[in-house]
Amino acid sequence: MSLGGPGVQAAIDDLYIHHPGAIVAEIAAQRRRHTRRFRITFVVTWILLVGGLVGFLVAGGKIDSVFLSKWGGYILGGVGTTVFVAVCSVSVAICFAVVGALGRLSSNSVLFAVSTLYVSLVRGTPLIVQILFIYLALPQIWSGFAEIPAIALGVFALSFNYGAYMTETFRAGIQAVPRGQTEAAEALGMPSRTRMQRIILPQAVRIITPAIGNEFISMIKDSALVSYIAVPELLWRAQRVGQSNFRTLETLLLAAGVYWALTIVLSLFQDRLEKRMAESDRRI
Amino acid sequence: MSGSSHAPAAHDVSDPFARPGALTPTSAGPVVRLLEIEKYFGSNHVLRGCTMEVYPGETICLIGRSGSGKSTLLRCANFLEEPTVGAVVIDGVRVDADPLHARSGTHREQIRQIRLRAQMVFQEFNLFPHMKVIDNLIEAPVRVKGVPRDQAIATAEKYLDKVGLSDKRDEYPARLSGGQKQRVAIARALTMEPKVLLFDEPTSALDPELVGEVLVVMEELAHEGATMIVVTHEMQFAREAADRVYYIDEGVFLEVGPPEQVIDSPQDPRTAKFLARLLNKK
Repeated sequence: MSLGGPGVQAAIDDLYIHHPGAIVAEIAAQRRRHTRRFRITFVVTWILLVGGLVGFLVAGGKIDSVFLSKWGGYILGGVGTTVFVAVCSVSVAICFAVVGALGRLSSNSVLFAVSTLYVSLVRGTPLIVQILFIYLALPQIWSGFAEIPAIALGVFALSFNYGAYMTETFRAGIQAVPRGQTEAAEALGMPSRTRMQRIILPQAVRIITPAIGNEFISMIKDSALVSYIAVPELLWRAQRVGQSNFRTLETLLLAAGVYWALTIVLSLFQDRLEKRMAESDRRI
Repeated sequence: MSGSSHAPAAHDVSDPFARPGALTPTSAGPVVRLLEIEKYFGSNHVLRGCTMEVYPGETICLIGRSGSGKSTLLRCANFLEEPTVGAVVIDGVRVDADPLHARSGTHREQIRQIRLRAQMVFQEFNLFPHMKVIDNLIEAPVRVKGVPRDQAIATAEKYLDKVGLSDKRDEYPARLSGGQKQRVAIARALTMEPKVLLFDEPTSALDPELVGEVLVVMEELAHEGATMIVVTHEMQFAREAADRVYYIDEGVFLEVGPPEQVIDSPQDPRTAKFLARLLNKK
C-alpha cells in the first residue's frame, strides 16, 4: 500500500512520528494560503461585477459624469441628514420600546392592553402610511401640526414604528434575564422599580445590543421614506435633482451606492461590537 | 423525640421540639418563628403545617429527600414563595400568609421588611453579572437600606475579608470560581446585616472540590453565633455546625433534634432509610 516503496514510507513515518511540529506548521500555512486565496477571489469578483456594471453604463454613454460631478456634492450633502434622522429615530424608538416592553410585561391589564394595541396597530399598517398619516392627516385634526418641522414629524413616525418592533425585542431581552436575578434582587429587599432599573434592564440591554445594531442598519435604509414628506435627506435630494434634469439613473445610482456603503460600514462596526461583547461575556 | 410520625396539632403553634441551642441563654426568645406553614402548588400539597422556632445564634439544618418541601419551606420564610396558610415572624415582624391579597401595597411592604431581616444564599449564587464584586455587595445596602456609600463599602470590605476574598473586590463574578462566587454571595447577604441567614442548598451547584471552602465559611459563621437555617445534603456539616436538625418528609417534620440524635440514631424508619442511602453514597 505504500506509494514509493519502503524507503519513502519510512520517511513519511519518520516525519509523522518524529516531527509532528512540521505537520502542524504545514497545516497552518496551508490554511492561511487558502484563506488568503479565498479573500482575494472574493474581492476580485466584487470589483469585476460592480466595476463591470458601472463601466458598461459609463462606456455606453448612459451615465452623464459631468452632470454627476456638478450635482454629486449637493446629493451627498444629504448623508448628514440621513444619518441624523436614523440616529434620532433609533434613540427615540428605544424609549418607546422600553415603555412598550414594560407594558407588555405588566400585570396591569390597562397597561398591557395599551401596549399590545400599540404593537398591533403599528405592525399591522405600512410604515409609509404611518409617515404620510402623521405628516398629512394629523394637521387636519389639529392645525398646530402643520407648524412642526417635517424632519421632527419624520423622526417621530420612524421611531413610533420601530419602537413597536423593538418593544418585542426588549420584551424578549427582559425575559431572557435568568429568573434567579429577580429572586436575588427580591431577596435583597429591592422594590420592583429598583429591581428593573438596576438589575434586569442593564442585563437585558446587553442581551439585545446586537439586535439594536440591526435595527439601526435597517433604519438607515427606511429613513429614505421621509423623503416623501420633503425632509431634505439623501434620497430626497437625489430625486429632486434627478427628476428636474431627467437624470434619475445617475442620481438614484449614487443614492443607492451611498446607502449601501453606509450599511456595509455599520455592519463592520456591528461585527466588531458583537465580538467585543462575546469577549467581555467571558468577563461577565 | 418520640419518633414515629409527628404532625403538629392544628392550633399548637409553638414547636414542642424547639429547644434553644446549647450556647443560647434559655431566656432568649426565638428570632424566627414559622407558624403552621402550608403551601399548595395548584392542588399539590407541598407543605402540610410546618412550625419552627429558631433562637438567636442557632444553626438549623433542614434535611430531607428532594421534593420533600425543604427548599419550599425556606423560600416561604422570606416570601419568595407566598405560603398558602400560616405566618412568619422574624425579629418581631409578623407577616401572615395572604395569597389572595399578595399584591396589596401594605402586604408587599411587610414582606420587604421580612426580607431585610432574613437574607438568602441561593444554590445558583445569583450574583449580578454586570456588577463588580464590591458593587454586588453594596447595591442593596445603598439603594434599599439607604446606608451611606462609604459606610456600605467599609461594611462590604469587612465581610469580603471574612469570606477570604478581599483580593477579588474589583473582579466581575464571571472571573470567579463557583466556590468564590458562593462566598461572595454569602458576603453579600452578610453586608445586609440580617437577623438570620437562609441557605438554600448552598453547595449543591458546586464541583466537589469547591464544596469545602464554602462549608468552612459557613461553619465559621455558625460558631461565631450567626443565626442560620440551612437546607443541605452535607451531613458532615450538619454534624459539625448544627444545633438542631429537622428532617422533613412530604411537607411534614418527621424528626427534630440535635444532630447526633437525628443523624446518628434516627427514630423514624423513613429518616433512617434516607440517611442510610445518603451516607452510603459517599
